[in-house]
Amino acid sequence: MRHTLSVTVENEPGVLSRVAGLFSGRGFNIESLNVAPTLEEGVSHMTITTIGDEHIVEQIVKQLRKLVTVIKVVDLIEHSSVEREMVLIKVNAEDAKRAEILRIVDIFRCKVVDVSVDELSIEVTGDHGKIEALINLLGRFGIKEVARTGTVAMKRALQV
Amino acid sequence: MELTGAQIFLECLKKEGVDVVFGFPGGAVIDIYDELPNYPFKHILVRHEQGAIHAADGYARATGDVGVCLVTSGPGATNTVTGIATAYMDSIPVVIFTGQVPTPLIGNDAFQEVDIVGITRPCTKHNYLVKDIKDLAYTVRQAFYLARTGRPGPVLVDLPKDIMQQKFEFEWPEDVSLRSYNPNLTPHARQIKKVAKLIEGAERPLIYAGGGVISSGAEDELTWLAKSLNIPVTATLMGLGAFPGDDPLWLGMLGMHGTYAANMAINNADLVLAIGARFDDRVTGKVSTFAPKATLVHIDIDPTSIQKNVAVHVPLVADCKSALSALKSEMEPNLDSIDWEVAHAVWVRQVQEWSETHPLRYKKSDTDYIKPQRVVEKVYEISKGEAIVATEVGQNQMWAAQFYKFKRSKSFLSSGGLGTMGFGFPAAIGAQMAFPDKLVVNIAGDGSIQMNIQEMMTAVCNNLPVKIVILNNGYLGMVRQWQELFYNCNYSETCMDAQPDFVKLAEAYGAAGYRVTEEKDLEPMLKEAFSNGKPTIIDVRVDPQENVYPMVPAGASLTEMLLV
Ligand SMILES: Cc1ncc(C[n+]2csc(CCOP(=O)(O)OP(=O)(O)O)c2C)c(N)n1
Repeated sequence: MRHTLSVTVENEPGVLSRVAGLFSGRGFNIESLNVAPTLEEGVSHMTITTIGDEHIVEQIVKQLRKLVTVIKVVDLIEHSSVEREMVLIKVNAEDAKRAEILRIVDIFRCKVVDVSVDELSIEVTGDHGKIEALINLLGRFGIKEVARTGTVAMKRALQV
Repeated sequence: MELTGAQIFLECLKKEGVDVVFGFPGGAVIDIYDELPNYPFKHILVRHEQGAIHAADGYARATGDVGVCLVTSGPGATNTVTGIATAYMDSIPVVIFTGQVPTPLIGNDAFQEVDIVGITRPCTKHNYLVKDIKDLAYTVRQAFYLARTGRPGPVLVDLPKDIMQQKFEFEWPEDVSLRSYNPNLTPHARQIKKVAKLIEGAERPLIYAGGGVISSGAEDELTWLAKSLNIPVTATLMGLGAFPGDDPLWLGMLGMHGTYAANMAINNADLVLAIGARFDDRVTGKVSTFAPKATLVHIDIDPTSIQKNVAVHVPLVADCKSALSALKSEMEPNLDSIDWEVAHAVWVRQVQEWSETHPLRYKKSDTDYIKPQRVVEKVYEISKGEAIVATEVGQNQMWAAQFYKFKRSKSFLSSGGLGTMGFGFPAAIGAQMAFPDKLVVNIAGDGSIQMNIQEMMTAVCNNLPVKIVILNNGYLGMVRQWQELFYNCNYSETCMDAQPDFVKLAEAYGAAGYRVTEEKDLEPMLKEAFSNGKPTIIDVRVDPQENVYPMVPAGASLTEMLLV
């Protein structure tokens, strides 16, 4: 099962390697890991996606909470949340294929950010499913390069 | 008044009430050593940094206080890593101070530079690099606070040389607050009620105690619980001494080399109270058959140790002492409503019968060899069970655990989690430092003792009359035992018949040495050695073929014991 963990940490040197080291040292799996500062000074936010059964994810959450520099860990699977990832995809686009690619770009509401004679670079933002679908679709044209940010996520506001 | 970093550091140690530092100097900490003579605590100069960290650890295990270790950068720092991991696995509070190259050189592969914070990240509870003298006092304060609170453990502070030389106003931070660190000490009231109910309903309850009982100081509460409710007790290696080893309810240690009674009891209990223990694989054997008939209650301060190896029915995150006191308050008012003596009479008779039919035993020697178990029994008799016993790792460790009856907690010092050969002797030095008048005995193997034998000089210089009893079998015995039982007697590289003359070696260091080759000399020589007032090696030639039994083969169920 894929879990997205929202982790609030003290923004101090080594915090990333403490978290990453916890995963590698205990044989846990990291699918993606994203870190950036928050609005609060000295506090950073990490979004970690990982795959594992209930037992493993429970251990991951507890072990993360045990780290002295970790302030808070939320497993977003237990909450309604918004997840996004931004991806740049460079795809083969000879003249014959170009129109079709652009149609896909349109349908997925992506942006073309770079064009050359036989390539297009596309920027796409979306949740896990959308990104996977787009990569699948573009795959048959030949993807030359992909750069992904990894997932960022937050809990949804309470709905009334 | 402005003080140098070195002075601030030492002032902090004074504030923390440190009275002994185990260390070894070097260029990166020379400023600290320069100031050291002006401070009241004692510094014990070891001969290898691994000795320093194990000694600090032994001091911590024997006293329950934080042990302190101070070493230089680079090789000094890396030499402590085994000891740090040892303390980490056994949750021992130690603070390690390492020197570091000056901050402008960090990252430049400077002379004697190593990223010790990076190296020790997975084996410390937390660690710090002090980059600004403004943070120094607070960091030292936090380090001690983290080491001793919650689930205790080693904390490392890396001190760059230039920070030790800079000047700053010294201000002692009275309060420590870490927003991300709030160990949960008090138990959940509803869970306590649930446990009380389970105990009331159980016919075959068993207490399985671990090191957490000792580190939280819950021995009295544990003893109350067992005795008032007539519940038998077993313990892990780390829990030895938490419950008196001469009590009729005591079953001995459980697990791979546990007693028949303890392992059978676990197998048949209908309620197991695991207190401050972590279901280590050496304890559980095959997990799927561990305590198959029991409702499992697990009390532990560390949430990560709950449900890690074994699914438990009632998890209880709390400090063992507060949990057991809460349980006591819960049960005390109704203590008379059940006749506990009668309630568990059948069960207690059953476990005691197991103890009687299958006691710890060994075959009497049919050769002239002395049996190693006999040596431990003699050490017990002569010391009247009052010694602090440190062990190395291997058969010696298991025989010490089996045949010395620990009456008191903090009197058995052994590397449980990491299994570190070379631990026992320096740990004994640390304990002797804390208790100069007590008999401190290191039960050793001939292999292990050679891993930190250089600390003999430390013992001699500081008049620490530690007794090393070498159960000398000429083998890396425990590995030889595995080779005999599971590897077709292929004794590959475990024969250690090329040995130093341990008596002469002791004498070369200025210590005393005795050799025992015949059983009739054992008692008089041990008596003499224990009263000579000097650091001493007693080299006892024991049966080279002797094995540790019972033994549960790795991965087997606890009931599949190989017996004598
Ligand atoms: C530092 C270290 N290296 C290797 C081992 C693996 N090991 C476990 S027990 C043992 C044999 C110990 O031999 P000895 O000290 O002579 O004790 P005995 O088993 O004979 O009592 C070894 C090599 C270890 N535990 N620690």
